[in-house]
Amino acid sequence: MTDAAAIAGPKVNIVSRVAAGRAGPVAAVSLVILALWYLGAIYMNAQMQIDRFEREETAWSAGDLVSATLSQERPLLPAPHQILVEMKKTIIDTKITSKRSLVFHSWVTLSSTLLGFAIGTVLGIFLAVGIVHVKALEKSLMPWVISSQTIPILAIAPMIVVVLGAIGLKGLIPKAIISTYLCFFPVTIGMVKGLRSPDPLQMDLMHTYNANQWQTFWLLRWPSSLPFLFTSLKVAIAISLVGAIVGELPTGAQAGLGARLLAGSYYGQTIQIWSALVTAALLAASMVALVGMIEKQLLRRMGARP
Amino acid sequence: MTASPAQSIEKPAQDAGQRRTVVEAKKLSLTFQTADSPVYALSEIDLQVEHGEFVSFIGPSGCGKTTLLRAIADLEQPTAGSIEINGVSAHQARLDRSYGYVFQAPALYPWRNIERNVTLPLEIMGMPREEREERARKYLELVDLAGFAKKFPWQLSGGMQQRASIARALCFDPEILLMDEPFGALDEIVRDHLNEQLLKLWDKTRKTVVFVTHSIPEAVFLSTKIVVMSPRPGRIIDVIETNFPRDRTLDIRETADFLEIAHRVREGLRAGHSYDD
Repeated sequence: MTDAAAIAGPKVNIVSRVAAGRAGPVAAVSLVILALWYLGAIYMNAQMQIDRFEREETAWSAGDLVSATLSQERPLLPAPHQILVEMKKTIIDTKITSKRSLVFHSWVTLSSTLLGFAIGTVLGIFLAVGIVHVKALEKSLMPWVISSQTIPILAIAPMIVVVLGAIGLKGLIPKAIISTYLCFFPVTIGMVKGLRSPDPLQMDLMHTYNANQWQTFWLLRWPSSLPFLFTSLKVAIAISLVGAIVGELPTGAQAGLGARLLAGSYYGQTIQIWSALVTAALLAASMVALVGMIEKQLLRRMGARP
Repeated sequence: MTASPAQSIEKPAQDAGQRRTVVEAKKLSLTFQTADSPVYALSEIDLQVEHGEFVSFIGPSGCGKTTLLRAIADLEQPTAGSIEINGVSAHQARLDRSYGYVFQAPALYPWRNIERNVTLPLEIMGMPREEREERARKYLELVDLAGFAKKFPWQLSGGMQQRASIARALCFDPEILLMDEPFGALDEIVRDHLNEQLLKLWDKTRKTVVFVTHSIPEAVFLSTKIVVMSPRPGRIIDVIETNFPRDRTLDIRETADFLEIAHRVREGLRAGHSYDD
């Protein structure tokens, strides 16, 4: 009895710890999504499979139908394992220099994402600094900053590509500029709030020391704004990726995740489309996680409570 | 002219024996314009603070005691009358960094450790790093926080944080210390302890202190001069001089002198308040 309790004790502990932590709930939700996905795949691909069976005049059972719906070549909705197999084939088994490699396509998209993110972040911070310090800029710039985001990116992306193409800019730069267009916005909004976040006492303190505007910025406003900056950066890097992919759609780009999506839809390669989509999602998630890790490190060094 | 800003901060020791006016307000009025009606925060204030005094402003909320302190600090602009610090305008005195200001809240910057919070004004003044650290050591010791230099503000109690902010106000050796209800948010036991420490500090550093409070015992215990104020419009209704010894302890609160002065302060506050309620 005591032995059993001693063995069961830590086990219960692990179970409760998993349930209390994040891994447990996340795993549970993932399992539910996977189950629903499989059911959906069977349901959506069934009719096409039945038609085929009838055309081929083969006898089929329910078991045959299920296994067949999960292994079609061009299913309406591919099953998760089909996507994983395709991803393994195009990410691990293919040389990264090949045009069939998803690593190659990811890198093409990622490079313009990162360039656009960098430009957008710098632009966003500069705009916020201007808006916070110059009253006229707040009145004149802010409405433009906000209305810039009311235009659908799908409408403006082809125009950016065409206009820049006319002056000889092709490939990386136009896509990066579309990313910039999307991602400067959260940075500006977050930084305006962040640079204004010091409370009146903290500002008065600078005043009593006769600190100049630069010192007030560097010693007070900037460090106060960093938590706001990182929150914005997490949004910004994800939509930078969206911008880069959208930038690849209208141009008939030869490479990139967007080109991969487009090619997949031309040829009805649903598995290819979905594996590009999943790769894009994983890419976005890992970039957001990376920004989060940098944030954690930096804020810890700035004395944040653990 | 070759003196670095760091050296010019150290002023020659002032002659403490000589009576010299540090703060002088004449017919000082300050009106805030609000949407519906103007608020008369200060009305025709006449005030003199001598070098080395410990002056308390006491009064109910809305009597303008904080506004008066902020006017001395050039954080508010008077609408009429004049205010001079050491014979120059409050604005010039702020530019000269002639006062250290302690706020109601510690207002420490959470991303700086205690040492770097204390050295913030020195950094702004351009003092070299070694000298800044030397100063921080000295003033953290003075407020009994020697072992806490590398801690971040959230790791300290409220009373310790306020002591750190006092060290920050003192570290550039200003002539005047302006304190706006610095211990208002602390419990009474901590407040008593800090009051005693503050008196010792005042005795040791020979600074002029202007102190805002709404606690009668605190004002009587700390001050050489108590300025009783009343609201709507904010004005001075009594100025009480005390002459307790410089090295007094909390025990004097039981003495007849103490109770008599406290009584006079209370009477003043009541008189100023009566027609309002």
